[in-house]
Amino acid sequence: MNELPGDLLYTKDHEWLRREDDGSVTIGITDHAQSALGDLVYVELPEVDLEVDEGGEMAVVESVKAASDVYAPIAGSIAAVNEELADDPEKINSDPYGDGWIVRMQPSDSIDEDALMSPDDYQQFLDDLDD
Amino acid sequence: MPFIPHTEKDTREMLQAIGVDSIADLFDEIPPELMIEHLPHVPHALTEMEISRLMRQRARMDGSPSCFIGAGAYEHHIPAAVWDIATRGEFYSAYTPYQAEASQGTLQVIYEYQTMITELTGLDVSNASLYDGASALAEAALMAVRTNRRVKSGRVLLAPGVNPVYEKVAAAIAGAQGLTFERLPQDPATGNIDFDAIPAGREPVAVVLQQPSFVGTLDDVDRLTDWAHAEGALMIGVVNPTSLALLKAPGHWGEKGADIAIGEGQPLGVPMSSGGPYFGFMTCKQQHVRQMPGRIVGRTTDLDGNPGFALTLQAREQHIRRSKATSNICTNQGLMVTAATIYMSLVGYDGLVNIANTSHANTAMLVDGLTAVSGVERLYSGPFFHEVALQLDRPVAPLLKALADRNILGGFDLTPIVGSDALLVCATETKTSADIEAYIAAFADVMNSGS
Repeated sequence: MNELPGDLLYTKDHEWLRREDDGSVTIGITDHAQSALGDLVYVELPEVDLEVDEGGEMAVVESVKAASDVYAPIAGSIAAVNEELADDPEKINSDPYGDGWIVRMQPSDSIDEDALMSPDDYQQFLDDLDD
Repeated sequence: MPFIPHTEKDTREMLQAIGVDSIADLFDEIPPELMIEHLPHVPHALTEMEISRLMRQRARMDGSPSCFIGAGAYEHHIPAAVWDIATRGEFYSAYTPYQAEASQGTLQVIYEYQTMITELTGLDVSNASLYDGASALAEAALMAVRTNRRVKSGRVLLAPGVNPVYEKVAAAIAGAQGLTFERLPQDPATGNIDFDAIPAGREPVAVVLQQPSFVGTLDDVDRLTDWAHAEGALMIGVVNPTSLALLKAPGHWGEKGADIAIGEGQPLGVPMSSGGPYFGFMTCKQQHVRQMPGRIVGRTTDLDGNPGFALTLQAREQHIRRSKATSNICTNQGLMVTAATIYMSLVGYDGLVNIANTSHANTAMLVDGLTAVSGVERLYSGPFFHEVALQLDRPVAPLLKALADRNILGGFDLTPIVGSDALLVCATETKTSADIEAYIAAFADVMNSGS
């Protein structure tokens, strides 16, 4: 297992969040998630400006064997989507924490960090899944 | 794929395993008032000999009338080879096989079908079929909502000429999922859309146009398609496949073309059979394919580089996507589709053009003759394909009864739909000049005798 980037927050749905300097939050799926899904063939992205509730469906990632929803870990509006995934969804496989980002959100409230996991907590969560 | 029924012992063991006394108990949750004990005119249980005799008796009651009814199902000549080939053991199943890729022949038929239907409709992708034209409209509306996520209204605007039965079915299926269906205003002279009277700000998620319309008229497909796109709606075309040999394909409507085309596939080699089984077809632009319901067969190459066929885009389907599947009406009408594919192969493109031209010419001849009778005129002006609405000066039902007594099914009674004494007539390529003249003579006779 690769080391988890230390500057990110994580969810039980295997998503990661990065707080950007401008107050927005970049969101993607974790290395564990992309590896479980296998080669991605399609990503359904939300419309920019779409308002989503916490836990709301905002994207769908589809591999040759499965299609999974990506849930919004926070409430807010979609500020940007990674258009490059339309032609190259495998960026999520090759670089889940970098070029494989999915959306950037503008949070509607301050982010409740207690509801999210630190890298250590998420690593523990993954280890527990294996047990 | 053989059908292997359970033995009584199997059934008993399975019931025991789940702790249920009888199969009837499994249906407990259905309210008793919805359970039908006995259907009128349908006997309870008969032996094979008894049922054969009963069905022969009832079939004789139909006789062999000369049929001038269209209204959604159309009598066309079906070459004998169509059903001879379609009922071969290799094809004779309504289902795509469970180990689909082991049945390359079945998949190839569906692939060829998809190719033919996309060519007819001028769109990029076809699925492997749906139940029928009416449920295909429901599926198209639901697909439009999934695709056109910017529009939240759930409102689908229907041109005046959309089959009223299709609307009922679509509302029954999609109504519970938050969709509403509204009619666009009608110009009473032409039967077509009255563009000047369309209310502003309806924010439609989709706009539906049926061409030819249920009452036989031809509407301005380009104008409505462009209007729909300008309103931010998806454009859905409901089309008769035979008519596409002559009329503009939905993929070419307006500046950008319709987004989704659906229709009833019955005219392509499926007998009318008192209303079914038929099949619905559905095609769409490539960009919408992931929201398309049903199965799609794709062409690929195997490990040795040989061409082969495989079910594709399965990740959107219910066995993987569960409740989030693009549709849970995924059964296709494989046998009907097989017949339609063979039909299209046998008649070919030129054959379909001939069938369409002859049907149009026959209907024109019929309408000329019928409107020469006093008290009969066309309900709507304008061009038509193979179906025309007539305004009569008296009630339609007694007229149809009198014609039926002369072994002629004279048309579809539009009275409850248009609110006046109107009759919808259709003459396909199956009618000879003599058939049409006989109908006109009988019609004139009944009208003049004051029925």
